[in-house]
Amino acid sequence: MFNKDRWDEILQVLTTNWFRTLLTAFGVFWGIFILIILLAAGKGLENGIRADFGDIATNTMFMWTRTASKAYKGLPKDREFSYKTGDVADIWENVDGLRFVSPRNQLGNFQGSNNVVRGLKTGAFSVYGDYPEIIKQEPMDIISGRFLNYGDINEKRKVAIIGVDVKSSLYDKGEECLGTYIKINDVNFMVVGTYKKKNADGNSENAQKEIYIPFTSFSQAFNRGDNVGWMAITAVDEVPITNIKDKIFTIVKENHRIHPEDTRAVGHFDLNEQFQRVVSLFGALRLIAYFVGICVLLSGIIGVSNIMLIVVKERTKEIGIRRALGESPWSIKQQILMESIFLTIISGMSGIAFGALVIYGINYLLDISGPVMMFVNPSVNLGVVTVALIILIVSGLFAGFIPANSAIRIRPIEALRNE
Amino acid sequence: MIEIKNLHKSYKMGKNSLHVLKGINFSVEEGELVAIMGSSGSGKSTLLNILGMLDELDEGSYTLDGVPIKNLNETKAAQYRNKFLGFIFQSFNLINYKSAAENVALPLYYQRVGRKERQEKALKYLEQVGLKQWATHLPSELSGGQKQRVAIARAMAAEPKVLLADEPTGALDSKTSYEVMDLIQKINDQGNTILVVTHEEDIAHMCKRIVHLKDGVIVEDKKVEQVRAAQYV
Repeated sequence: MFNKDRWDEILQVLTTNWFRTLLTAFGVFWGIFILIILLAAGKGLENGIRADFGDIATNTMFMWTRTASKAYKGLPKDREFSYKTGDVADIWENVDGLRFVSPRNQLGNFQGSNNVVRGLKTGAFSVYGDYPEIIKQEPMDIISGRFLNYGDINEKRKVAIIGVDVKSSLYDKGEECLGTYIKINDVNFMVVGTYKKKNADGNSENAQKEIYIPFTSFSQAFNRGDNVGWMAITAVDEVPITNIKDKIFTIVKENHRIHPEDTRAVGHFDLNEQFQRVVSLFGALRLIAYFVGICVLLSGIIGVSNIMLIVVKERTKEIGIRRALGESPWSIKQQILMESIFLTIISGMSGIAFGALVIYGINYLLDISGPVMMFVNPSVNLGVVTVALIILIVSGLFAGFIPANSAIRIRPIEALRNE
Repeated sequence: MIEIKNLHKSYKMGKNSLHVLKGINFSVEEGELVAIMGSSGSGKSTLLNILGMLDELDEGSYTLDGVPIKNLNETKAAQYRNKFLGFIFQSFNLINYKSAAENVALPLYYQRVGRKERQEKALKYLEQVGLKQWATHLPSELSGGQKQRVAIARAMAAEPKVLLADEPTGALDSKTSYEVMDLIQKINDQGNTILVVTHEEDIAHMCKRIVHLKDGVIVEDKKVEQVRAAQYV
């Protein structure tokens, strides 16, 4: 294979008819180019959507209460109930594979009436009673100060972490907020940190208008007792939350005497399920890209095969002479196969290179024009290039196979007679 | 060198079978220069093809330099051709995108001779046929006589046991024909065994022995007084 004479010959043969070689090469070039561009576009879409999800722990479910739809154990239907802190402990104890179970309480929201006061300034904000783990489920950057910790929880400290927009509406520009007090529903809390959320599903304005205070302080300050408004439950990466959520539902239903078949009482939003749906969409997109790309490539490959057949036909006499001079059939077959593989790989690699150039151009345009909705960094990784290369070698082999066989089927005596 | 016994060969043409060679007995000693003559259809090309292992015999036996030639697969046949035989064709059959030297070196390449040695040998044989200064030229830049001389150099390059020439002068004018025959005679003088298929009387008489073929049998096999081609050149 690494024989200078053989390569000389391959180059000689391919360069004798430049224009034809170029046209043939274009088929493969175009096929692999389309494949690369399609895969890159799919990747760009995937990156865009993944960026929208951000660092949010996607293996998460949110769970809240609704009214019971069935009478059960002497209790009527349409009954309201609330989760208790005891549910959290029961879930921890009875379900394997959990990473975080964060009970939360919420007070007011940005659309409600003003609930926070500082001096002469007031505002309407969402106030959450949370555990420190929430920052891993809903990632946020702490801009100054700190986030909640277990000291806050255990000692029921009245501290608050406020969003950057909360700060800008309650404080003057440049004013120090750490260590100052804000009044939430007439209860004083000391500001110990500010945060900024990176991504929030196109809801970024509201996401910065939240206030986080310790769960225990929240319950005490606002008279929630051991009630839990809702929970954010994250499972470990190996266990999809979707698979274990029914177990969790069973536990809370038992605790609150809800009919086991009551589908309304426990409300939930399964982020993992949504995320997996999107992920499987990416899979489908990739599949389509490969399918279309390979179909286009196939016509290029058939073109190569066709030309190789013609080349063999043209060289019938030459092949006859060479066999009369003692070249073995295998050597001739090898020659034709290598010509075909060489042609396929060279044109394929230039297709990949051109595709990479176009992707680079698109990235450059994206960079200077700013972020585009749901499209980030279209790219193909080395794995894809390797796969493309393998596809090329295999298809080159296939393209050369029929011509090579027809070349050695010609008996030298017939080839020489063909004057 | 060549030993043929009771050679039969027929071709199937649809339903009919054409019996081309009908029992040929024939042998050639080392160093002979034999002309095989016959009109077209006499079977002389078929005989040459069988001698050249390009075609298989139906019946009889063929021994070349003590090696029985039978039931060869293509790979084996290619090896034997390369080792034992040098071909000279009527239409030269040079590979047109390779230079004269590359054409001559071709059989050596199939013997896996190293690149450098191959080039040296090719030049040596080109020199022998008087075309050293044309080594880098393509066949299209050579005259008919020159092409045939390159083809002869190529046939010699592998140092075969037997040279087989199929109408070597068929495509050349008389003057060039005599030049080529002169070359063939000189090669024969060095002790090489050569078989020449021809239908030209004067060319045949430049050999040392003439075998006449007619309708698939040898009708005459005689030694002749060799006419030196040099006197016509």
